[in-house]
Amino acid sequence: MTIADVERPNLAPTPRALVTKPRISDQIFRGIVALGGFSSLIILGLIAAYLFFRGYSILRSEGLSFITGYEWVSSINSDGTAGSEKSVYGVGAMLIGTLVTALIALVFGVPVAVFAALYLTFFAPVRIRNFLVSVVDLMAAFPSILFGLWGLYVLMEPGMYVAELLNKYLGWIPIFAVPVPVFLRSPFIAGLVLSVMIIPIITAISREIFAQTPLDRIQAAYALGASKWAMIKNVAFPYSYSGIVGGAMLGLGRAMGETVAVFTVLNILYQANFKILLGAGGNLASHIILKFGEASEEEIKALMAAGFVLFLLTLGVNMMANLIVSRTGRRGR
Amino acid sequence: MTVTPIKPWRATKRDILTQLIVIFLSLVAAYLIVANTGFEGRLPLVAFFGVFSICALALISGLQRGKEAAKDSFLAGAAYVGVFALLLPVVSILWTVVSRGTAAIYSGFFTTDMSQDPFSSPLTDGGIKHALIGTLWLITIALIISVPLGILTALYLTETKGPGSGLIRFLVQAMSGIPSIVAGLFIYSALISGTGRGFSGFMGALALSILMIPTVARTAEEVLKLVPPDLREAGLALGATQWKTVALVVLPAAKSGLVTAVILGVARIAGETAPLLFTTGGADATNLNPMDDNMGTIPFYIWKALIDGSPEAASRAWAGIFILMLAVLALFGTARYLSRSRTVR
Amino acid sequence: MSDDMLGKKEENGMNATTAADTTNSIASGADQPHSSGLGAVAAASAAKRTRTEQPFGSGLEARNVHAWFGKYHAISDMSLDFPTGTVTALIGPSGCGKSTFLRTLNRMHEFIPGAAMAGEVLLHGKDIYAPGTDVTKIRLKIGMVFQKPNPFPSMTIGENVLAGIKLAQLKVSDKKELLEECLERAGLWNEVKDRLDQPGGSLSGGQQQRLCIARSLAVRPEVLLMDEPCSALDPGSTLKIEETIAELAKTMTVIIVTHNMQQAARVSDYTAFLLSDGGPGQLIEFAPTREIFTRPKDKRTENYVTGRFG
Repeated sequence: MTIADVERPNLAPTPRALVTKPRISDQIFRGIVALGGFSSLIILGLIAAYLFFRGYSILRSEGLSFITGYEWVSSINSDGTAGSEKSVYGVGAMLIGTLVTALIALVFGVPVAVFAALYLTFFAPVRIRNFLVSVVDLMAAFPSILFGLWGLYVLMEPGMYVAELLNKYLGWIPIFAVPVPVFLRSPFIAGLVLSVMIIPIITAISREIFAQTPLDRIQAAYALGASKWAMIKNVAFPYSYSGIVGGAMLGLGRAMGETVAVFTVLNILYQANFKILLGAGGNLASHIILKFGEASEEEIKALMAAGFVLFLLTLGVNMMANLIVSRTGRRGR
Repeated sequence: MTVTPIKPWRATKRDILTQLIVIFLSLVAAYLIVANTGFEGRLPLVAFFGVFSICALALISGLQRGKEAAKDSFLAGAAYVGVFALLLPVVSILWTVVSRGTAAIYSGFFTTDMSQDPFSSPLTDGGIKHALIGTLWLITIALIISVPLGILTALYLTETKGPGSGLIRFLVQAMSGIPSIVAGLFIYSALISGTGRGFSGFMGALALSILMIPTVARTAEEVLKLVPPDLREAGLALGATQWKTVALVVLPAAKSGLVTAVILGVARIAGETAPLLFTTGGADATNLNPMDDNMGTIPFYIWKALIDGSPEAASRAWAGIFILMLAVLALFGTARYLSRSRTVR
Repeated sequence: MSDDMLGKKEENGMNATTAADTTNSIASGADQPHSSGLGAVAAASAAKRTRTEQPFGSGLEARNVHAWFGKYHAISDMSLDFPTGTVTALIGPSGCGKSTFLRTLNRMHEFIPGAAMAGEVLLHGKDIYAPGTDVTKIRLKIGMVFQKPNPFPSMTIGENVLAGIKLAQLKVSDKKELLEECLERAGLWNEVKDRLDQPGGSLSGGQQQRLCIARSLAVRPEVLLMDEPCSALDPGSTLKIEETIAELAKTMTVIIVTHNMQQAARVSDYTAFLLSDGGPGQLIEFAPTREIFTRPKDKRTENYVTGRFG
């Protein structure tokens, strides 16, 4: 009998399926954790649902003009008696106000934040940098009502002074013109206050991104005879650019949703005001607060609808911002 | 033979002197301009001084070492201006809070509420007791709700890594950007409007929880990610179930970081005003029951003082903010201290 | 200490035409029997190199250079006069301060927090550390190639080569000509001439390093410092780069840090041996390469080149 005569079974191995059934205690554990984990999803969903449904009747009757309409009239007076006009609800003017104040905030906030971040990353000695980073983090934790108070009692005067100067010398530019010389509590001031509020967020993100600029590229630039300016312009900035944009968008989202600070320093009037130095305007959030106190049942539905719009708007901006910021980290170039 | 180390790349005394002279001359020039034209006050002085000194320093660099050096100097100047512009509001805010915040505080400030006196009454009447109690209640309830949910969310993302983790992480980030007013509006629309229920402290705590959960979850996730995977493997290799490993190995290892996450969450909501406007009712009287009836809180107290508008009310508002800021600073200090003394195991 | 003084005196008396002399002394059988085989390698390489072109002056000299990181004294009392138009290798065991010393030569050392130095580094007789010196101009004259190739990934191949021009805002009359010349000298032109607009990161490791060499050449340095340029590369790329170095040495001075003694023997005209015995790194011996590997004057040098340690 030779080896060749023995029948050999097929020895090609097949992988075994690994089945580990977790113990009951672990299954319970995973269930609880999953519940907790999905709580965010559930909450977000509930927010969208409730605001939508409560405001649904108004959204349906107004249709698209809820967003584009420039009138907000409640036909029922606060004491319940019927008013003379028909209700019209449209948040268009306040959406404009939201955008205007938020944009002003970006115009002042982004340059300050980016240059401050450049200082922290490339110019500051280590001890000063650590201290200032703590200061920036602390600033991000200031309550918004504090900015409202400070804006009203401290910033208003110098702010109005600058506004008057702008009007005097640059009043030929339409946004700096005013029909009446009322500079108190203008979108400009609100924008300034908002810029101070968003500076810490943008600074923190920009600084983190700048600090991640790959060292070998920085060294290569310096070894080629680049000055610090040339290195920042050609290496650090291109690397960090989209992260900074993401940070700015996060700031934008914060500025768009800000309520009490804007309410305090801005004279809330329902009108689309592009003349930013004039003391009238509003944003969506402060409008909701203003109307809520004395709203009839119907108006409350409209305010819910307005809240829904605000929710969608800020959610969209924030999601885009987070996408952009996370993409910078993953670029790996 | 001892040799002294030197740093020849540092600015020489001569360079520094030149720069100081240039800066001084810019100040003089700015002063002259302001004194002789229509501009008034400190603001234009500072503005002109800033512009002049940056340009002059850049000019000097340019003359000494060429165009690139001038651009370099300009950038450095802009960076210094940037950080100055960042610090100026912070310093101003802190200074204002401290200087205006103590006027309304008297011996009875913490032991009386505002049920007997309007906000415009003299500063020796009334106090913040109701608001302190209210804020403490709200923070406590919000903690009870948010800390478990926040940590569970973080555990879901780092330990179980279940399906949809990427989505959940993204949603948590999105949730942290929700305007606080939306949180308040939601609770109002879901639990108060049309249900016959009125305002209460509990409602306010629910709204605050919506804002607190993402903060706790994100910080907790980062802290849990720092726990070395070897620890988890060690636990499992000893035969422990996953939940025991998490409860007895992972969580204790991340203990101080988790406490930091909670503290940061509290700091986030301590000063929130907008959500409370739709949920708590803002009482002036002391209410010990968070489940029923309007409740005062510190932010609402400040809000009411702000709305009142009288000088006395303004002082009260600053006093409220002063107390709030002390709390925020204390929270922050504790969080920093904890993250510094954390030993890596 | 007197050994390297001796070595220095010898080297000072030498000029660029000495390679021929060393070849002759090999032929006359002046080698010591205990020399490492590297001596033969060095001799063979020296024979291949001709010094007919006139290199433009470097005049790079280090005088009593020390360097510190905070309180840590990293290198001590380094004095070296780098001969013009040659390749000098810096060898020694890890941690002896070779790279640190290299970085004091183009003022890259000062970027490290806590860095301090002492002594002088003279380029054409002028101390590059003198107050008021424009350091960016120094780095244009003294270029550097790093251990890990670092082309700019956001730029194309062509843009990478000219990056130095852009960074320092130099005026160049014909960019295309400069581009081709630098890539040619780096031995890369034929491989990339058709894909100049592809991203810099799309090349292999060896090609990337030659791209980095081309990039440093574009700003017309007089001295090129190379910090272990081949240690991250495969042998094929290493060979190509060593050929490039030989070409470059015709028109500039090259100083190369290497932990590979065979490479030092193949590539360099002069070798400096550095050593740190627990303290700061010091220059032990500096001599023509062939001598370092056949008749080292210091016992420590001999131990190192014969592989007894390091």
